[in-house]
Amino acid sequence: MNMLAKNRIVGTSVPRKEGVEKLRGTARYVDDIQREGIWHGATVRSTVPRALIRSIGFDRRIDWSEFTLVSAADIPGENHIQMIVADQPCLADGQVNHCEEAILLIAHPDKHKAREAVDSVHIEYELLPPIFSIEESEKKQTVIWGADNCFKSFLLEKGDVDSAWSQAAHIIEGEYRTGSQEHLYIENNGVIAEHSAEDGVTVWGSLQCPFYVHKSLLAVFDLPPEKVRVIQTETGGAFGGKEDFPSVIASHAALLSMKCGHPVKMIYDRIEDLAATTKRHPSRTRHRTALDANGKLLAMDIQIDTDGGAYSTLSSTVLSRATLHSPGPYVCPNVRVRSHAWATNTVPYGAFRGFGAPQTVFAIERHMDEIAAALKMDPVELRRRNFLHQGDTTATEQLMREPVLLDILLDRALAESDYYNRRARFAVENANSPIKRGIGIAAYYHGSGFTGSGERYLSSLAGIDVSFEGKVRVLVSSTEFGQGTNTILAQVAAEILGVDYDDVVMAPADTGIVPNSGPTVASRTAMVIGRLIERASLQLLSMLRDQAGLSAQFSREQFFNACDRLRVKNGEVVSLCRYEAPPGIYWDDQKYSGEAYPAYAWSVQVAQVAVDTVTYSAEVEEFWSAQEAGRVINPVLAAGQIEGGIAQGIGYALYEKVVLQNGRMANNQMTNYIMPTAEDVPPIHVFWEELPFQHGGFGAKGIGELPHDGPAPAILNAIKDAAGVSFNAIPLLPEDLFAMLHAAHKIEVPATV
Amino acid sequence: MSGPQSKIHLNVNGESRTVTAPPMKRLLDVLREDLHLTGTKEGCGEGECGSCSVRMNGELVNSCLVPVLQAEGANIETVEGLACDGDLHPLQQAFLHCGGAQCGICTPGMLMAAKHLLAQNPHPTIAEIREGLAGNLCRCTGFMRIFESVLSAATSGTQETHAR
Repeated sequence: MNMLAKNRIVGTSVPRKEGVEKLRGTARYVDDIQREGIWHGATVRSTVPRALIRSIGFDRRIDWSEFTLVSAADIPGENHIQMIVADQPCLADGQVNHCEEAILLIAHPDKHKAREAVDSVHIEYELLPPIFSIEESEKKQTVIWGADNCFKSFLLEKGDVDSAWSQAAHIIEGEYRTGSQEHLYIENNGVIAEHSAEDGVTVWGSLQCPFYVHKSLLAVFDLPPEKVRVIQTETGGAFGGKEDFPSVIASHAALLSMKCGHPVKMIYDRIEDLAATTKRHPSRTRHRTALDANGKLLAMDIQIDTDGGAYSTLSSTVLSRATLHSPGPYVCPNVRVRSHAWATNTVPYGAFRGFGAPQTVFAIERHMDEIAAALKMDPVELRRRNFLHQGDTTATEQLMREPVLLDILLDRALAESDYYNRRARFAVENANSPIKRGIGIAAYYHGSGFTGSGERYLSSLAGIDVSFEGKVRVLVSSTEFGQGTNTILAQVAAEILGVDYDDVVMAPADTGIVPNSGPTVASRTAMVIGRLIERASLQLLSMLRDQAGLSAQFSREQFFNACDRLRVKNGEVVSLCRYEAPPGIYWDDQKYSGEAYPAYAWSVQVAQVAVDTVTYSAEVEEFWSAQEAGRVINPVLAAGQIEGGIAQGIGYALYEKVVLQNGRMANNQMTNYIMPTAEDVPPIHVFWEELPFQHGGFGAKGIGELPHDGPAPAILNAIKDAAGVSFNAIPLLPEDLFAMLHAAHKIEVPATV
Repeated sequence: MSGPQSKIHLNVNGESRTVTAPPMKRLLDVLREDLHLTGTKEGCGEGECGSCSVRMNGELVNSCLVPVLQAEGANIETVEGLACDGDLHPLQQAFLHCGGAQCGICTPGMLMAAKHLLAQNPHPTIAEIREGLAGNLCRCTGFMRIFESVLSAATSGTQETHAR
């Protein structure tokens, strides 16, 4: 399957563009910026989940004249954070709908005084009844949002599910739950904002989407676009956690700056970041599946419910991706998916790597193993029998035009993991050991880019220019936060332009400088923005040939000389391209049918686990991941994405539990919110199949989110194999294993231990 | 932070420095705010994540847990002192080429932990690397490329085995 052209730079592991600065400790993250006269911001937050605000009192032992205070009344524009629906206030105005909701902002020249003053503000509430679960919300007895607590619902239908049950040889049902998950980027949310009457608002911050923040600030300050400027600083991890929340903290810091007349730095500490910022949506997915006597899928009836928290933020689009990934990579003639996102009085849930897919991929891939068990079939064979192939259609009737390499990925994952031999060996060894080993798989796709018509609406603009100093600059608002945006886009430009990798630099991700290439989300950068940079580079070569005498074959020096001639002629050397949808694609937003994604990345993962029947811990001992995500632009960076995503997926499955008490995160410290450490992550083996996608940058599809979807079901399938008990909820902690294994009496604990 | 100030002497990356700061000010904040050595990062402020790891008198410490008073007269090594005359340290080279740094926020602490590990054990096994770095959280890499980086630096044979 190797159809790859040899390239000089694309496909090689050039070092990370900003790597040297990061390794020297000289890369500038927002908290590293120190400025004279800066003030520090802090936030007074709700301590109750739902209430009317009766009064705000200030402790008289504090000299409040030293402080600047901002409330909703100070907002010059709209008191809303602009997301999909404008329902989330920038600052609470009379009512709070979740713990940690921002009510009042405080600034002071001394960081410690600003923080200490928060505890000297006393708020009296009139409590209202809160709701905390999907079950309470869907009952609609207490309505906390809109008319019915429902942020969004989808109905996806293919064929006729209801008529299929009577023809089924088997009908299998199951319910699967996923908990929340914290991004735990090591750099907390933070910004610096500066407001002036002449220049408007400027924000420097740790963020993914400069133009999202820009849009939000326009509304909060009622300013024209040229009076708001957003500049991304080096960003210490994001994973979706800096997609929507930076609009909140940027608005807050900018309001304080407007009122105090100084630049304001607002950096959350870990405790505040964990308690107050977005996390992954908890979910409940129910499957009812009909199969024929040969194990072929006849019908899938799927019901998805997610907990969206108190405001809608991105819940509708997360639900969309959850819906579209819920049927798995399988062919089925009759599919119905009904999905709802519900309001609860908790901190709004938001974007997190995978964006709804890890929740529903967990459900379908756990369910496939339950079906296999019920049918007494090999779970591998059940999947293979139902895989999508080229020429098949998905649940949205999307025709698989490109080859689907699932069988090849499955074979590779099975061979590399020695799946069948291990499985047989464990079955023998487990009988006489307190350690029970097992092996499990997950197969899935992840849609690259925005859903449906999304990329057309975004209409991204990106390009390159060439400076008189002889540097090619990549002009994008696509940001670097560890995934490799800078490096891969520079590789693409350098490859086409015939220059060295070191000749290409990134323009700052500054809304005053770069065009809007859309948000850095949805595994879209390599595919969509990579393609725009590829086209812009080709377009520049064509301009140089037509207008500056560049020959068909040219050297690096000839390229830069031609750029100099073009600059003399035109005053600048710049080439921009706007997104064009691949031809022949169709999406119906009403019926939810058609081309759900421009392309899909595919993966088969295998996990080996050991369940200790003395300590009730489950440990992942080894992990294999085979995937096809189009062309791999930079093998080292791509493998780093896969390995990092798997480590987060392991945390999602076995370690990371967001404990809520009265709607507030109770374990909001790294001491008790536990992520996998260097000693917990097993050896991870990464294998690629490369199938270039015609409409992606140098054939690339999305990689970033893919690896996070599969580990949780693969691991829980392995635990079922090891312990003989089905676990259908994550996170699965030792206390859960203890309770279930004892209840099932499945494990005989040797008397000697 | 207000209140009484103390004069504290430190030797930071081989240079003698004197700061006037409240005695309970965190070494992390003294490095970042008073000495403008912002390479050392804060991730959690409670000694869990290791982003603020520095070496103090040859021991690896979380600088968020060290009151500066306790560092009086100490030799402090931070990420800024790793490169020698502008040349990257073998560990920095290895992290660059093996993909050991992604977002970079844990990287300075990770490098100091790795340096400490190799100073004590110049040829660690993967298991020893895992143990040596267990106090430093990385959310991006899944650690595989960090292990490879440390292994590569160790086998390149150029790391400072005599480092204190």
